[in-house]
Amino acid sequence: MRGYFLRKLGIYAVTFVVAVTVDWAIPHLMPGNPVLTLVGRIQVQDPRVAQNLYHHYMRAFNLDLPLWKQYWYFWVSLFHGDLGTSILQFPTPVTTIILHALPYTLGLLIPATLLSWYAGNKFGALAARRKTLDNTLLPFGYALTATPYMWLAILLSWVFAVVWHVFPVGFAYDPTATREWSWAFVSSLAYHWFLPFLSLFLVAFGGWAIGMRNLIIYELEADYAHYLEALGAPQRLIRKYAFRNALLPQITGLALTLGAVIAGALVTEIVFSYPGLGYQIYRAITNEDYFVIQGIFLFIIIGVLIANFVVDIVYIIVDPRTRIGMQGSGS
Amino acid sequence: MSLLVDDLKVYYRTLAGDVRALDGVTFSVADGEIMGLAGESGCGKSTLGNSLIRFDTRMRYVGGHATLDGTELPIWDTLGMNAFRFKKISIVPQYAMSALNPTRKIGDLTADLLTAHGVSPKQELPELRRRLELVGLDPAVLGMFPMELSGGMKQRTVMVLSTLLDPSLLIADEITSALDVSTQKAVGETLVGFRDRGFVKSLMVITHDLSILYQIADTILIMYAGRLAEKASGETIISSPRHPYTRLLISSLPEVGIRYAEKKLTGIPGTPPGLLNPPQGCRFRDRCPLASKKCLEAPPFVEVEDEHFVACWEEAA
Amino acid sequence: MSTSGKLAEPPDLVSELEPPVEPDAKHMSGFRETLHFALRNRKLVFGLSVTLTMLLFAIVGPFLAQHGPLDYGGVLSSAPTTKDGYWFGTTMQGQDVFAQFVTGLRLLFIVGALGGGIAAGIGMVVGFTAGYRGGVVDDILNMITNVVLVIPTFALLLVIAAYLQVRGILTEAVFIGLTSWPWAARALRAQTFSLVSRDFVDMARMSGRSSRQIIFKEIAPNMSSYLFMMFILLFGGAVLIAATLDFIGLGPSGTISLGMMMQLSVQNAALQLGLWWWFVPPGLAIMAVVGSLYVMNVGLDEVFNPKLREL
Repeated sequence: MRGYFLRKLGIYAVTFVVAVTVDWAIPHLMPGNPVLTLVGRIQVQDPRVAQNLYHHYMRAFNLDLPLWKQYWYFWVSLFHGDLGTSILQFPTPVTTIILHALPYTLGLLIPATLLSWYAGNKFGALAARRKTLDNTLLPFGYALTATPYMWLAILLSWVFAVVWHVFPVGFAYDPTATREWSWAFVSSLAYHWFLPFLSLFLVAFGGWAIGMRNLIIYELEADYAHYLEALGAPQRLIRKYAFRNALLPQITGLALTLGAVIAGALVTEIVFSYPGLGYQIYRAITNEDYFVIQGIFLFIIIGVLIANFVVDIVYIIVDPRTRIGMQGSGS
Repeated sequence: MSLLVDDLKVYYRTLAGDVRALDGVTFSVADGEIMGLAGESGCGKSTLGNSLIRFDTRMRYVGGHATLDGTELPIWDTLGMNAFRFKKISIVPQYAMSALNPTRKIGDLTADLLTAHGVSPKQELPELRRRLELVGLDPAVLGMFPMELSGGMKQRTVMVLSTLLDPSLLIADEITSALDVSTQKAVGETLVGFRDRGFVKSLMVITHDLSILYQIADTILIMYAGRLAEKASGETIISSPRHPYTRLLISSLPEVGIRYAEKKLTGIPGTPPGLLNPPQGCRFRDRCPLASKKCLEAPPFVEVEDEHFVACWEEAA
Repeated sequence: MSTSGKLAEPPDLVSELEPPVEPDAKHMSGFRETLHFALRNRKLVFGLSVTLTMLLFAIVGPFLAQHGPLDYGGVLSSAPTTKDGYWFGTTMQGQDVFAQFVTGLRLLFIVGALGGGIAAGIGMVVGFTAGYRGGVVDDILNMITNVVLVIPTFALLLVIAAYLQVRGILTEAVFIGLTSWPWAARALRAQTFSLVSRDFVDMARMSGRSSRQIIFKEIAPNMSSYLFMMFILLFGGAVLIAATLDFIGLGPSGTISLGMMMQLSVQNAALQLGLWWWFVPPGLAIMAVVGSLYVMNVGLDEVFNPKLREL
């Protein structure tokens, strides 16, 4: 078991190093110079002043050092929690921007992922045994999972916020509300949270439902299911076993689809102007705020690696075969 | 009578039409009888065995009846059959090695099954342990997962589990097919032991291997192309068979002590007919050395001697 | 054991009978049989028809458009009309939505085919090599696959694309292909394992065939159907990733794609102004193409895998 975890951690460590390296390397491989952009933005008239500014920033961002040193300093600052400074929102550090935006993104991601996983699995299992439900769920599920996240967000926003004023169009809470833990504020938060959450939830739900349905159908055709039927076990029991067995690949599925769901969350935030990481990334891209982009990328990487590790642990706990296999007991 | 089967017909649905895998079989198995059901691949023996307990999704009930201990088995009704399964009729399937849920401990699986049938697992536990020990398994397997057991251990576990509630009839479907000869003998002896100890009343042992049946079966039922060919005691089938197919079958078996350099080992020329559109009359007609025009009409399965049934015009005469 | 009775040749009774009736499905060759089931599979037919219709639309559409996708000149923010060929209406800047739509649709198919194709190709090479060779090669390839798999490809593409000043559709497709291959490699590796047992390969070797012959004559036909299904899924995935990238603002420069249409419409408050013709068609097209591809895939699975066929 220890060997398994060490191996997994090893892969994650390698992945982390690769990701950080790629993150650092990309700006250096790309045409263009972010400092030039920055200086250009400051719009200095006198070219000599511009030149001084340029050199100042080159030194400030360590860009006048040899490459390997820059790489080294990148790692050092990473471990100090320093992801650089935003160019657009100068002088706010990138870490601050991220930490302010993070709760909003997590507030969408975590409930949407977990609830869609739960509901999708239940519905998929239900569809696998009721033909009528299956005939309606299947096309609906495929349509949902093929829907681009931002388009569903757009549709929901347009229909429920613009056409029928049931929900607000955007932002995290009513701009006129005071930021305190009052009932008014919290309900405003929830009210603004609902549509973006629903959008994320629906698309992910489609995918999980279809996946589960297929897995259950596969399990119900397994030898152990046939044997139990032959021994007169009620459908209830067989379905219980099939469901539990089908959940296992769905757990690994969580880790695999995480990247797609995060992308979905980012674009959903953009549509609803929801002040999470997606919103910040959008602003950063539009304004060429490279350090923010790089910082958010690293943050996402770390988040994904942690999530993967958690899923690995959960899987070991839940699937007896992996545990037994590792203990090396056999015939 | 333990089991009475009357003109049972079960076909397989395929896109090309119905395959007449079991086309009207009538026979009986007495209390305490171990009946072997033998024939080549595709003769319908597995269909027969399985149709009595669980219909495959492709199997279609066409007609006939099966009665166990005086009560009719509603084999066409899967819910109705649940009242009989495990308690009155049980099966050790061909896929015994993969019949156990891989993510459930054996003991938990057994408990679930017992509870579902309204039997208290706690009450059954001592008997369960006793039987496990009887087949040579450490009762500690109850706390293990199937993947911790070898293939043979899994099969023995399935044998114990299937017979736990002392069914009247146990169907053993090709349980020796993948085993070596000495293990086959051991499994065969276990089955006989089950009958002798009263764990099961009667046994239906399905196999294509006549030699194992010779050792353990009281009677042997030979099937060919979805119909019955001959039924007699094991001794009779082996030493004095009457149906031409059985005779050819027996003579194609190698004998100990004979060197086949001198005497050619004969098989039976030809292949069994396809069952999508089986030939009229006797289905062995095309390969039978005794065939005549009479054989265009299907011969009935009649008793020609005491407890010896044959489906052949020549032999019935 | 003794037998009684003669073992003579069976008499010929065939002439006494009528010939049996033979149902038509019995004697089909492998390919024809597959085609037979393919044409009868509702999901496959439905998925394929929708996809082909959209493809046709993508090919023919730009010729039908009466304006260039980026041309100004139309009435600002007008609803769909038959006047002047503004069948899908105009954007807030007076551009022809129909022209933009068909241009974007073309790009969708290019990105899907190229991105999906590259990913399928890499996945095939990596997965097959790992499965066929086994051993150290397998371990190394596995390691690489795992690393690339865990990295959230979208975030990676984000960073890469952000730095590229000028972006083309081909570059986008290539990058998507280079980052989405891992799960295909894994699936193909598993498939290779199940097809290429050691015995099978050893037998072929004993019969004198070279490795290459074994690969192409024995294994490839079985893998090709699976690979095709993988390609379809990768195609759909590439389309979705590209649309998301475009929406964030990292779309190809100098042209317009479906994702960009959605981005521009949101940026220009099309939602609040109710300019539905601007933002509904692009997403609908993506959903239609990707959805029908997924459904087609399920149908293909049923056709190739006889066990799944419904009777």
